[in-house]
Amino acid sequence: MRTLTTLLLALATAFVASPSAFAEEGGGLPNANVNVHDQGSLQRGARLYMNYCVGCHSLKYLRYSQMAEGLGLTEKQVMDNLNFTGAKFGEPIVSAMPEADAEKWFGKAPPDLSLEVSAKGADWVAAYLKSFYLDPATNSGWNNTVFPNVAMPFPLWQLQGEQAAVMNPAENGQPATVKELELAHPGSMTPAQYDQAVRDLTAFLTWVSAPDELVRSHIGAWVVLYLVLFTLFALVLKKEYWKDVH
Amino acid sequence: MRAFTQWFNERAPGLGVAYKKHMTEYYAPKNFNIMYYFGSLALLVLVNQIVTGIFLTMFYTPTAAGAFDSVQYIMRDVNWGWLVRYMHVTGASMFFIVVYLHMFRGLMYGSYKKPRELVWLLGMLIFLALMAEAFMGYVLPWGNMSFWGAKVIITLFSAVPVIGEQLVNWIMGSFVPSDPTLNRFFALHVVALPLVLLLLVVLHLGALHEVGSNNPDGVEIKKHKGPDGHPLDGIPFHPYYTLKDLVGVGVFLIICAIIIFFEPTVGGFFLEHDNSIPANDLVTPASIKPVWYFTPFYAILRMIPSKGFGVLALLLSIVVLFLVPWLDRGKVKSIRYRGLGYKIALTVFAIVFILLAAIGDDLTPGWIVAIFGANADITTIENLFGRTLVVLYFGFFAFLWAYTFFGWEKTKPVPERVTTHA
Repeated sequence: MRTLTTLLLALATAFVASPSAFAEEGGGLPNANVNVHDQGSLQRGARLYMNYCVGCHSLKYLRYSQMAEGLGLTEKQVMDNLNFTGAKFGEPIVSAMPEADAEKWFGKAPPDLSLEVSAKGADWVAAYLKSFYLDPATNSGWNNTVFPNVAMPFPLWQLQGEQAAVMNPAENGQPATVKELELAHPGSMTPAQYDQAVRDLTAFLTWVSAPDELVRSHIGAWVVLYLVLFTLFALVLKKEYWKDVH
Repeated sequence: MRAFTQWFNERAPGLGVAYKKHMTEYYAPKNFNIMYYFGSLALLVLVNQIVTGIFLTMFYTPTAAGAFDSVQYIMRDVNWGWLVRYMHVTGASMFFIVVYLHMFRGLMYGSYKKPRELVWLLGMLIFLALMAEAFMGYVLPWGNMSFWGAKVIITLFSAVPVIGEQLVNWIMGSFVPSDPTLNRFFALHVVALPLVLLLLVVLHLGALHEVGSNNPDGVEIKKHKGPDGHPLDGIPFHPYYTLKDLVGVGVFLIICAIIIFFEPTVGGFFLEHDNSIPANDLVTPASIKPVWYFTPFYAILRMIPSKGFGVLALLLSIVVLFLVPWLDRGKVKSIRYRGLGYKIALTVFAIVFILLAAIGDDLTPGWIVAIFGANADITTIENLFGRTLVVLYFGFFAFLWAYTFFGWEKTKPVPERVTTHA
């Protein structure tokens, strides 16, 4: 009975620890190493997002006011520095680009990114932002090793610079594959600075996916502590009553 | 207070009697062990699902256009909405964990045997209703996995001969899962099935209290009664087991709180990543699979190469559980005194069930690559492995019957009275 329980527990643990939770999409990608409890990182990420991403990608499930509260910013800071569409403070963060035009320009309307990290994982988002390279064969002139033939051009090229692909030689009639990416023209950031920028941006999107996390982890410890005390009292009470059971 | 009690009892004489019958004068064996917590925990989770569910319905919109947005509205704009939703989501998965353990307890200690066959049958009906309830609840957030899961599962009914296709459209109310599907699933999930579940739970407990609880020794405590007419090895459910179960509740809630507050998705098992994408009938998720608690049965379906036989095997894998009281002819109830064959078979059965879940959850390709290398033929190995598991799953029941029918089991003597107590 004991052995059986142990065995079942071990199997259950193997399950939860199993790395394939993100199906194919997260497999083998480097850890994004984000920290949503680092407010500075979230704020820098929000600034990057509002400068480079929100032109096309809405965050329709997040209000400017919620961003202010979650990131520890004042209404004035948000409205002066992070709101470029003239939306009201209580309104959701919606891109100014009309969807019909977007579809005409890119072939596919840029998706809302409110739940991008929930859907694909922080590792995927960070790797994606580092994996653009110049490819004259595509419409936008850009391609991506994490998301091949993506319709999106690379908006952060001035920061990271331009990467070029080093190809494996084509063999057996198969098309050539990308071996690795190298920085052909440096951008305004060093690779280390760009890594940090991607980490900030990914941290921000991770927070946007589940803004409850900051509240949750804050009160969770108290809830667990309360329940531990409750259980101890219940145990003492049970022992007292069970004294006369022989 | 005394006067009030008397006043009350004169006007509602049944209530006091029922309270005594089911609480203070329901004598339960004194030797319950850790496996006996899961019944009361299942009841607790049922209450949690109903209460949190009521609050969710206040804010949820059951339309294809509004459902996904309304869930995010609950998560972000409704005060404590995220907590209520995570409690409901975690509750759903925990429901199956405690119910599976509760059923496993029944198999361990022979709780389905005479005179408790009806308790087992009613319990199995609860399990069936719970599966329907969980499936329909999973569709409501209208994420992409909700949509495709609904489509795949409802399409299974097309395996029914002659009327299959019409049946599928009748269930969906359309040709793909859409507004009518969502509306009827909402009605069934929040009204019809909870009523069925509650009724079945009352019957399950009523039937149990008629025959009395089994125990880890599998002895009937009613055989030895004291001069007061109460079983010598029994203790009143209240206050003894109410207090003991309260400790179990505390430990259980600690586990639930850790999940809810620190890792509510449980790595994509309780809340799946693909369900963060709104339902889209043009984009199929990379791998369509049900939530973890359905995956053992889903694996049985997947491992059978023909659709018709796959659905039949899936159906049979659940029906066969109903038949356990009549498949097992052994007189000895508890695994403590049963033959070695039963101990081994039940252990293998439990492991097979978990491994089938791994196949249904698409974990096996990763495992196969890890064991056999990147060039392994995943499909062949997975099929071989999975079909062996399916044979072992049904083999357990065949073995159980043969083992007891032909008298191959060598049992140990069962004591007259219970041997230990907590």
